[in-house]
Amino acid sequence: MPAIRCTGLVKRYGDVLAVAGLDLAVTAGECFGLLGPNGAGKTTTIEILEGLTPPDAGDVEILGLHWTGGAETRALRERLGIQLQDTQLADKLTVEETVRLFRSFYRSSHTVDEVLALVELEEKRASWVGKLSGGQKQRLAVACALVSRPELLFLDEPTTGLDPQSRRQLWDVIGRFRAAGGTILLTTHYMEEAERLCDRVAIMDHGKIIALGTPGSLIASLGAEHVVEFALADGAAHAPGVDELAALAGVRAVRPAPDRTALTVAEVHRAVPALLALLERRGAELSLLATHHATLEDVFVTLTGRQLRDA
Amino acid sequence: MRDHPLVQLTLARMREFYREPEAIFWVFGFPIVLAFALGIAFRNRGPGELRVAVLRQSGDSGVAAALAHAPGLSVAVLDSAVARLELRTGRVALLVVPGERLVYRYDSTRTESQMARLQVDDAVQRARGRADPVRVEDERVTEPGARYIDFLIPGLLGMNLMGSGLWGVGFSVVQARTKRLLKRYMATPMRRSHYLLSFVLSRLAFLFVEVAALVGFAWWMFDVGVRGSVGALTFITVLGALSFNGLGMLVASRARTIEAVSGLMNLVMLPMWMLSGTFFSYARFPEVMQPFVRALPLTALNDALRAVMIDGSPLARLGTPLAIVTAWGFASFVVALQIFRWR
Repeated sequence: MPAIRCTGLVKRYGDVLAVAGLDLAVTAGECFGLLGPNGAGKTTTIEILEGLTPPDAGDVEILGLHWTGGAETRALRERLGIQLQDTQLADKLTVEETVRLFRSFYRSSHTVDEVLALVELEEKRASWVGKLSGGQKQRLAVACALVSRPELLFLDEPTTGLDPQSRRQLWDVIGRFRAAGGTILLTTHYMEEAERLCDRVAIMDHGKIIALGTPGSLIASLGAEHVVEFALADGAAHAPGVDELAALAGVRAVRPAPDRTALTVAEVHRAVPALLALLERRGAELSLLATHHATLEDVFVTLTGRQLRDA
Repeated sequence: MRDHPLVQLTLARMREFYREPEAIFWVFGFPIVLAFALGIAFRNRGPGELRVAVLRQSGDSGVAAALAHAPGLSVAVLDSAVARLELRTGRVALLVVPGERLVYRYDSTRTESQMARLQVDDAVQRARGRADPVRVEDERVTEPGARYIDFLIPGLLGMNLMGSGLWGVGFSVVQARTKRLLKRYMATPMRRSHYLLSFVLSRLAFLFVEVAALVGFAWWMFDVGVRGSVGALTFITVLGALSFNGLGMLVASRARTIEAVSGLMNLVMLPMWMLSGTFFSYARFPEVMQPFVRALPLTALNDALRAVMIDGSPLARLGTPLAIVTAWGFASFVVALQIFRWR
């Protein structure tokens, strides 16, 4: 039995089709990521799965149960841990009081000490929520989701807006929950987060899943493992054509953009000398040359022609 | 041991309240400051001296001498321009124009001027030799409960029950909604009834402090007593607090922003501030408005509070006002539950 299964989900807000027929199955014990730009429909999807937003069409089954209201819904709520994207917990309560409040809603739960240890907030237990840093607030939000000893954890953009250190701390929390056998569905628009945490990712755009697989298999689908980016000092005057670039040794794909051109390449050591030779012949001068391993971002750009962050 | 969710929700409500110094002031401090200021300003000191003027022209000294010894009058002889200004601005209550026939110039719509007219005429006529055919004697009494402060304190109590009942619920609910906290609670197995009930319980916990502070202050400072039973007063304040909790729930049931709920609160409270006889008797409003004024929950609550505090009425005689208060609270709760926006 999958932890999450949904078929044919549709949600419309006025003229906007937020979720446009979405099927998904998440296996128990896996960490599954919904990756996509802002406005792709990730939050609407996760909130439908959480039973907070009713879908216009489609079926949702969570841990084998349905959001029918009444006893079944309550029984399901006991087994889930949920962190919402934009919840602001009460500023004037302390960390401990907040956890104790959420804990009181569940029949079985961690103790306050246990859950504060899970998110490493023990030394902040007497602080007011309003005085916490962004990262600490976010860990508290996750603590409130973990307090019920959930089988399934929903995290909606858990690290958006956090500094790198806070993000790594939260990744550790999520990693420990996953290692203990928990199932996770998280949304993010950070590809490195999805690559680091998720066993499988679904890339969403315009309310649909446009790619699904392990991060490795999605990157491998590009047919090349590296990306070479370059820009020219004198702009387009001496720029080589897309056909010329595509014909270079080892180049699989060319993505021209106003500020830089990206080449997806299988072998950097062959493609770069060939590129430099081509530019030399055309008399073009480089202002930038960089290479990196292909990422989920490159997968998204290849599929949609847009960058994740500004899509 | 597991904490009961209702206890934890109520504790959270109470903590959020008492950790907000502004809220503490508006609920506990403000009514006392208001009672103090109004009690001082309107203390019964009897009518002060009435200031009257005599126009400076021939014959003025005779009139001024006649008025000089009259009790309760202070007299000034003024030039025409000054006299006209002082009369217009109310600094003198009446102007006497001496002559063959005395002329009293005054504004007949002002109570003070009317009194000055009677006293001046009395003094003038006596000075010219009028004899009073009947001997009279004054006997001065002060009835407890008849002072303005005695009238004011139950009204302030009612107004405070309304204000803290509405704001306490309305603000917290809408804040929880704008901060998406309500939605977060909906993602837990929390019972909605526990959430709503926590407002009622935390309100009751503070109610006794709030009532005791104002009534105690009025008793200590102004010697305002409670003639009826403390039990009856407690019952009425609890009923009033619950009723306005219900109204607060209704006002907050749909609003998505603090601005919207503040507007709605004022829309609900403003008519009652003016009409419900908090600061002055609603009997002053025209007859045609009376049924409407009496149907307001604050009017009914104020009537019941005054009946117990000033007249010492038993609860049994307060059926009508208490029924009005209950009906408002009950109807508001029912409607609020139906239309409440839980996210």
